[in-house]
Amino acid sequence: MALFCSLEEAIRDAVRDEDVVAMEGFTHLIPFAAAHEMIRQGRRHLTLVRMTPDLIYDQLIGAGCAAKLIFSWGGNPGVGSLHRLRDAVENGWPHPLAIEEYSHAAMANAYDAGAANLPFAVFRGCPGDLTKVNAKFRTVSCPFTGETLTAVPAMRPDVTIIHAQRADREGNVVLDGIIGVQKEALLAAARSVVTVEEVVDSFEGAPANACILPRWTVGAIVVAPGGAFPSYAYGYYERNNAFYLAWDAISRDRDAFNRWIEENVMKTGSGIRDAGSGIRDAGSGILDAGSRDSR
Amino acid sequence: MGDFFSPEELMTVTAARCVGNDDVCFVGIGLPSAACNLARLTHAPEITLIYESGTINARPRVLPLSIGDGELCTTALATVSVPEFFRYWLQGGRITVGFLGAAQIDRFANLNTTVVGSYESPSVRLPGAGGAPEMAASCQRIFIVMPHSKRAMVAKLDFLTSLGHGEGGDARARHGIGTAGPVKLITDLCVMQPDAVTRELTVTSVHPGVTRDRIQAATGWTVRFAEQVTETAAPSSNELDVLRRLKADTERAHQRA
Repeated sequence: MALFCSLEEAIRDAVRDEDVVAMEGFTHLIPFAAAHEMIRQGRRHLTLVRMTPDLIYDQLIGAGCAAKLIFSWGGNPGVGSLHRLRDAVENGWPHPLAIEEYSHAAMANAYDAGAANLPFAVFRGCPGDLTKVNAKFRTVSCPFTGETLTAVPAMRPDVTIIHAQRADREGNVVLDGIIGVQKEALLAAARSVVTVEEVVDSFEGAPANACILPRWTVGAIVVAPGGAFPSYAYGYYERNNAFYLAWDAISRDRDAFNRWIEENVMKTGSGIRDAGSGIRDAGSGILDAGSRDSR
Repeated sequence: MGDFFSPEELMTVTAARCVGNDDVCFVGIGLPSAACNLARLTHAPEITLIYESGTINARPRVLPLSIGDGELCTTALATVSVPEFFRYWLQGGRITVGFLGAAQIDRFANLNTTVVGSYESPSVRLPGAGGAPEMAASCQRIFIVMPHSKRAMVAKLDFLTSLGHGEGGDARARHGIGTAGPVKLITDLCVMQPDAVTRELTVTSVHPGVTRDRIQAATGWTVRFAEQVTETAAPSSNELDVLRRLKADTERAHQRA
């Protein structure tokens, strides 16, 4: 049952060392504030699960939180490499990172199977070398036609963490815009944390088939305005594409990365963030009411 | 005609001309997104663009930096979840065209976007599969767009991420895949298409001013040329105008914090 608490409490209670942690949000609603709290609390040996690791996992990996990464596409979208991910895989810095790699279709289906309480997911895969380096790709025969299909185990994280636009006072959560795999990832997990932009009195006016997670499916709820920045929250603030471009240089160099984490994660509290971007001027404006007109 | 244009502009325009009003395109970021939107803004106003973030019938005013920019959702007819996108829309067989690029391609248009070097200790760790393997299997046909270089056009892939024509011939059919797979490779030097029987990539059109020797020098296998090799048509003034305006608007939008 949903419990409102601080970000510090939520992460302390829900995320333990060595957990399998999924933090989803397909380009949109990426839970950066929660990841920064995990870095501040010094979580270690995590298995991080995410279709598109993005800057959020580049930061967690570079900060030494991860022992293993389960993913399907590890780049800085439209920009290039995730340099901290590459440094971990290519050079073992800050320590070696085990890789369990899928395609998007495989991971989306695996989360769906987790949410549906199935042991595995079945889909039309594609022959290739991924199935040789990841033994969890198997095949099954259709019991009706004999056709060979691809199977992967259901994804069942210990904890799923997502960011959403709104919760109501009872703790129900609504997501709007590009909803990715958040619903499936949350329902597949044993525990969950949801950070939200704001709490509202009711969801009146939401479409009948809006993406709503009822309070009894949600663990902890944290009010964290700007918690998806520098990704975006549809209807609240835009994606900070300039920061995604700037991350390339910050993340390329170990010292520059460490300085960025120190300045923008370690030295900031878990309250409302004013500088999650690393571009202080750009970041500070995100909570202005005016930015809501930008949709 | 007679306008100056860059190799990338020629690639983009040539790719845009491959699609039409009836196509439902799975659009990737970068050059494919530019090509599909150029087609939409010129000869194919009715074209359907779908991004893997689940945005269906997207009509972005500027090119998105990522496949999940808010611009896509705002201008889309509908936005569905990622599992739904991959299951009902891609696997469901509703997508006619997919554009792919890669770090490496072989003569049968198989693609590597995973690693350069060995998988266990790669010299370059690339982003990985993303949506590409299932696109390569489920889109009715695939166009590949990438710059021509010896580093990219290799005799043997370091890793086969997405299936093209396998070992050639009827390899796809033998894997139980009914879609056409790669039908065209567009580089900055030429256009190649799979041979009707062997499925080996064959040069069918050469870009203006490019020699056969230059194509061979930039390819890691012995290049075959079709019996009839044409010259790739240069971009029109209108295509260049529309593309440059789109790029300039995009540049301005992305630098805005």
